[in-house]
Amino acid sequence: MTGLKRATQLLTTPFHARTSAANLQGRWGPWAGYRAALCFGDVDMEYTAIRNAASVYDLCPMVKYRFTGPDAEAYLDHLTVRNVAKLKPGSVHYTLWCDDEGKVLDDGTLLRHGPQEFLLSCQERHLPWMLDAATGYDVTIADVTTEIAALSLQGPTSAAVLRLAGWDVSDLRPFRMLKVDFGGAELTISRTGFTGDLGYELWTSADHALPLWDHLMAAGALHGIRPIGTDALNLARLDAGFLIANVDFIPADQALRHDRARSPFEIGLDWLIDWTKGHFNGRRALVAERAAGSEWAMVGLDIEGNVSAEGSILYLGKKKEVGYITSAAWSPSAKRSIALAQIRRPYHESADIWVEIYAQRELQYAKLMLKADQTARPFYEPARRRTTPPQAF
Amino acid sequence: MIYDAVIIGAGHNGLVAGSYLARAGMTVCVVEKNDWVGGAAVSRELHPGFTYSNCSYVSSLFRPEIMRDLELPRHGLQILPFEGGAVLTEDGDYLGMHRDHDANRREFARHSLRDSEAYDRYARDVQRHCRFIRPMLMRTPPDPARFRPRDVAELAWLARKMFELPEAQIAEMIRFWTMSISDYLDQYFENPVIKAYLAVSAIIGTALGPMSPGSAYVLLHHYMGDVDGNVGAWGFARGGMGAVTKALTASLQAAGGEVRMGSGVDRVLVSNGRATGVVLDNGDEIRGRRVISNMDVKRTFLKHVEEKELPGEFVDRVKKFKIRGSSGKLNIALDSAPVFPALPEGSTHIRGDLHFTDSIARMERAYDDWKSGTFSRDPFQDVMIPTMIDPTMTPPGKHFMSCFVQYAPPKIHGGEWTDADRDAFGKTCLDQLEAYSPGFKDRVLHVEVRTPRELEAEVGLTEGNIFQGELTFDQLLFNRPVPGYAQYRSPVKDLWICGSSTHPGGGVMGAPGRNAAAEILREAGQIKGMRDAYPVL
Amino acid sequence: MLTRSSEVIVIGGGVNGLAAATRLAREGARVTLLETAAQTGGAMAARGAAGDMPLAHLTPGLDPRVAKGMALETRGLRFHAPLRDTALDLGGDHRTVAGGLASGADAAAWATLHQRLMRFASVLAPFRAMAPPRLKGGGNDWGALMRHGLGLRAIGAREFRELLRMVLINAADVAEDELNDPLLQGLMAHDATQGAWLGPRSPNSLILYLNRLAMGAQMRLPVGGMGSVAKAMTEAATAAGVTIRLGARVAQIETLEGRVTGVVLDDGARLLADHVVSAISPKATFLDLIGPRGLETGLLRATRDIRARGATARLTLRLNAAPNFRGADLQSRMVIAPSVNAVEEAWNPVKYGEVPKRPVMEIVIPTATEPELAPDGGHVLSALVQCAPHDPAKPKAAKTAMLKATMRVLEDYAPGLGEMVSATHFLMPWEIEAEYGLSNWHHAELSVEQMLFNRPNHATAQYATPIAGLWLGSAGSHPGGGITGAAGWNAAGAIIRGKAV
Repeated sequence: MTGLKRATQLLTTPFHARTSAANLQGRWGPWAGYRAALCFGDVDMEYTAIRNAASVYDLCPMVKYRFTGPDAEAYLDHLTVRNVAKLKPGSVHYTLWCDDEGKVLDDGTLLRHGPQEFLLSCQERHLPWMLDAATGYDVTIADVTTEIAALSLQGPTSAAVLRLAGWDVSDLRPFRMLKVDFGGAELTISRTGFTGDLGYELWTSADHALPLWDHLMAAGALHGIRPIGTDALNLARLDAGFLIANVDFIPADQALRHDRARSPFEIGLDWLIDWTKGHFNGRRALVAERAAGSEWAMVGLDIEGNVSAEGSILYLGKKKEVGYITSAAWSPSAKRSIALAQIRRPYHESADIWVEIYAQRELQYAKLMLKADQTARPFYEPARRRTTPPQAF
Repeated sequence: MIYDAVIIGAGHNGLVAGSYLARAGMTVCVVEKNDWVGGAAVSRELHPGFTYSNCSYVSSLFRPEIMRDLELPRHGLQILPFEGGAVLTEDGDYLGMHRDHDANRREFARHSLRDSEAYDRYARDVQRHCRFIRPMLMRTPPDPARFRPRDVAELAWLARKMFELPEAQIAEMIRFWTMSISDYLDQYFENPVIKAYLAVSAIIGTALGPMSPGSAYVLLHHYMGDVDGNVGAWGFARGGMGAVTKALTASLQAAGGEVRMGSGVDRVLVSNGRATGVVLDNGDEIRGRRVISNMDVKRTFLKHVEEKELPGEFVDRVKKFKIRGSSGKLNIALDSAPVFPALPEGSTHIRGDLHFTDSIARMERAYDDWKSGTFSRDPFQDVMIPTMIDPTMTPPGKHFMSCFVQYAPPKIHGGEWTDADRDAFGKTCLDQLEAYSPGFKDRVLHVEVRTPRELEAEVGLTEGNIFQGELTFDQLLFNRPVPGYAQYRSPVKDLWICGSSTHPGGGVMGAPGRNAAAEILREAGQIKGMRDAYPVL
Repeated sequence: MLTRSSEVIVIGGGVNGLAAATRLAREGARVTLLETAAQTGGAMAARGAAGDMPLAHLTPGLDPRVAKGMALETRGLRFHAPLRDTALDLGGDHRTVAGGLASGADAAAWATLHQRLMRFASVLAPFRAMAPPRLKGGGNDWGALMRHGLGLRAIGAREFRELLRMVLINAADVAEDELNDPLLQGLMAHDATQGAWLGPRSPNSLILYLNRLAMGAQMRLPVGGMGSVAKAMTEAATAAGVTIRLGARVAQIETLEGRVTGVVLDDGARLLADHVVSAISPKATFLDLIGPRGLETGLLRATRDIRARGATARLTLRLNAAPNFRGADLQSRMVIAPSVNAVEEAWNPVKYGEVPKRPVMEIVIPTATEPELAPDGGHVLSALVQCAPHDPAKPKAAKTAMLKATMRVLEDYAPGLGEMVSATHFLMPWEIEAEYGLSNWHHAELSVEQMLFNRPNHATAQYATPIAGLWLGSAGSHPGGGITGAAGWNAAGAIIRGKAV
């Protein structure tokens, strides 16, 4: 449709000129109003790039908020469950935030750029909540989603690619970041990622997106760099045991059915909570829940066989329904059929959990009842993820 | 012959009730004063080659269970979801609607970034209220003053449904039901245009302003319907709203029911305290084992049943039943598609509902005019052009436009509407259209202006109220239409009521007719072929 | 739990603060009452701002539990005979109303309606004297709830149905359905909407009238003026052992780990306490004294969403002679509200922050009943004027226009009144807020959506708050205001039962 003052179709990211050229199959999906590549060519190859070489993933549709001001730290301590005072400038932490009932609104990574400047990257939009929570704080909140071009560079050769690009990240430890100049713009490199592998995320201004892409691709040409889509990333994040909002939990402010909201205890993220930092959103309810116990548990499952358990129901002793799978796949790295699952307590401690799978093969369904054993997460964790300086591949 | 059921009025509820009864094996005769069926759900050719939905104009509330039970798709009914919609603002901008969530968010963000995201929580919260109320639509309200097992069981069901929710949500729901939409929206939004757009459903058809407590419930009444499971969505009936009643009539006739048009009912025959039939205006007598009135409760009992047959207290209550006509309508045949310069060329907004009232205060002032006994000087109009989607109603390139107008009082300064009043009302509305669509008047081939006077005269809706009675709590659920008579029965044995004056109220919903039929069949011991409301998962 | 050694701070020395403090002190708690002003009494205290008149000029009578519990009668509190109402007529053909007795052709209809509404009010009244029920979960006085619930049904099936029909109806419909006399209709419309943020044609307005009837069908003047109530209550508080500190403005309620630890005064003094009872505005309590940083965001929103718009202006005129309201009984409560529409039209403009052309009002001339109150031999005319804009774009101009409109109406009803005025004191809603901390007459609008378990909001409806040890006990809590002390008394009861959330 032409002549429209305002487009109604999906937006494209600042990398679109390159991603669209690279997308051989035209496999796109909507992500937060953006056109996002599901796969550029072959999921297996892209996944292999994450675990074997270097992968580039366009993170622009992630929602990004910038917090600045003298009260930014105090404000974020009020908003989120983790202790922001402990987050030093130049550091990043994974965090989440709750409503008054202690139910999770979302999770995200918080980057501290300075004493009074933070960037939060998350899956869902929360501006009204964040603005309301800022009442009484001297903090400015800006939605900078469109201003920032963000790219995830993940894989064993990623550090080498960066070095070839001219940036020495050998001293950069996990969850730390580095600022460099790139074509006159500031480029932030954080040693973070959603793959559970060695990897970095690169943040710069939107107008430097294409040069950054080109620069990385050139630098990584001999190190197996390739763009990857959401499908491959999703496999890798499951290996790492990471959660996705609206996949593994429903953000509390979106839950239409009141019983769908989950607390940090119920999605296995209570370890993030700092109980000593004083008042924060949800604390009252979480203190009570800590004492009284929770209804659900998030567990990692190792399921017998090799059939993906996506969308399946869990049973205790093959009979009593006690939970459901939120994400599942055959992990090429772990060589196991893995899953994230919600189980009603106290059955999360049972060794007698079964998963009922309806596997469609040539139109017909095979109904399977498979044993599901609890297993530690990450399901797959290479040592290179944490080693500093990074190993040479 | 003596029919099992004589139904007064071939409106959608009368036809729904008749079809269910006929399907259950009863002999049914529906009598209709007009030469056409449909009541307020009609398609009429008022200008050559142009089909008008000249009363009701959109569909959402009509229960899908009824469509299925009565096989309406087989009898030709198609509901077309519409898209778009916009408020055109006084400063020449607009707020447009999109079916796509993110496109809609971006458009809202053009007016307020905060509100664009607040909308999600708002929509979630209203959805929660819809989920609670939808299962109640197809149930007979209990009489809380009686201790019959059914009443007690129904009250217990209601209580149980409520207590399935967390305490805070129950409290919030009770708050929502009693609040004004203006106060309610203030909790979520800051932008006046966004608030004005969202407040619309709270004033359509009601003599309340957006600042009146209780108006949030009226909004819910418009949101609790769906188009194919898309709760809150609205659509057109292909071929105009008459397609609904046409399909119902076909369904009725296929089940052996009859429709007799062209003469209205003069009075309901009552002997020994039982209704035994009706006498038509033309003198014909139609005998029936029961009489079911699709007319509003005032018309039924104050005009067509002898007062001596009714308890004085009941008559008094019916007299005090609040109808309060508040709406008017312009039906316009257009030579070509109107152009609204504020809207982007080629946008889909024109395929939905268009409004020109860009603040709640303007809506409320329009209501103040109604309270002081005049039509609104700056009226709110809900403008639809169904022919943007439905190719069957006009020749290609031509259009039918429906403008629903708030507010128009049943009487002008206490006196009857005159033709001059009507024309002034029509001019006010057309001038508003012209202001937002220059050259609009030149495209007009024909206009039908309907004030409450015309609505009452043709359709038989007292005071021209589209809901057959206000949707305020004193007239809802077990209070509708009259406490003690909310179960579709009247004080006269075998005289039943099935119109929108009964629970769950107005709109082209069919639930009152269906519920009345259920009560009749239950009493006759032959209830079957009637499905319960679909469960809310 | 409240124990004998508990330190309790009550913030606010108005009728509810005094009631709560006294009740708690009598339970053995060590209670300190902090009042910002130089005297206790809040809206009952005569202050210069209102022309040495109190803000509230009448009371329906104190809650009997408060009157008895504080032994106010033995402390010398007396009331004049209940006031008759006079619905003023521009032509001098006034109607007098005393409870169910009304003058004029509509007397019988009025009596019938009044009787029915009193019946409804009497079965609803018991709910005023208890904490609002929890919808789920514990803490309810189930016995009382059952008793009062059955009371509703005990009026008979017919009346019960009428109650259910009328409980959320608008006052105008009832007035117009059941009465014919525009003056009586206007009186009812006025009384239903006085102090509220709605008009008589707004749904849910009748219940405000029922609430008023539940407090007392006729208003009362204390002997010696409203200050006598404050005086007697203050004596009772002192006698019960309450320490009263005047001129003590609380700057901050302090908390630690979600529990109240005390308060800090604006002079920096820190007072420790196990419990703090706030008998001031709930919004101010949370937003100013706890502060947004101490609130969870949901609670902050719920607090911000408490609606507290006031539409009442306060007029005091010093007169050098007795006014003549065309022969009306000056010892009565005179109401200028000639019809339902007059009230509705007074309401319409304030929705947009504008001033009505013809305000409606309640007028009392206390000096007509008790000449000693004006030692100079003149009279005091005290009026509550409706409807004044709460937040007009131009406050100064709005005030001028409102006063002018008010005086014009008064002059119409009492020709020559203007000439008698020696001093005028006029307070618009925002000035009342600044002076008395009352943004609405009831701190939070009295409306169905802010009643019972939603007053002032769901999270704080049972007097307890999510902050342990912090309690609400002002008119902003159930059952609302009206110089009865019921809210404060109930709050103290909740603390004594110790059923904190």
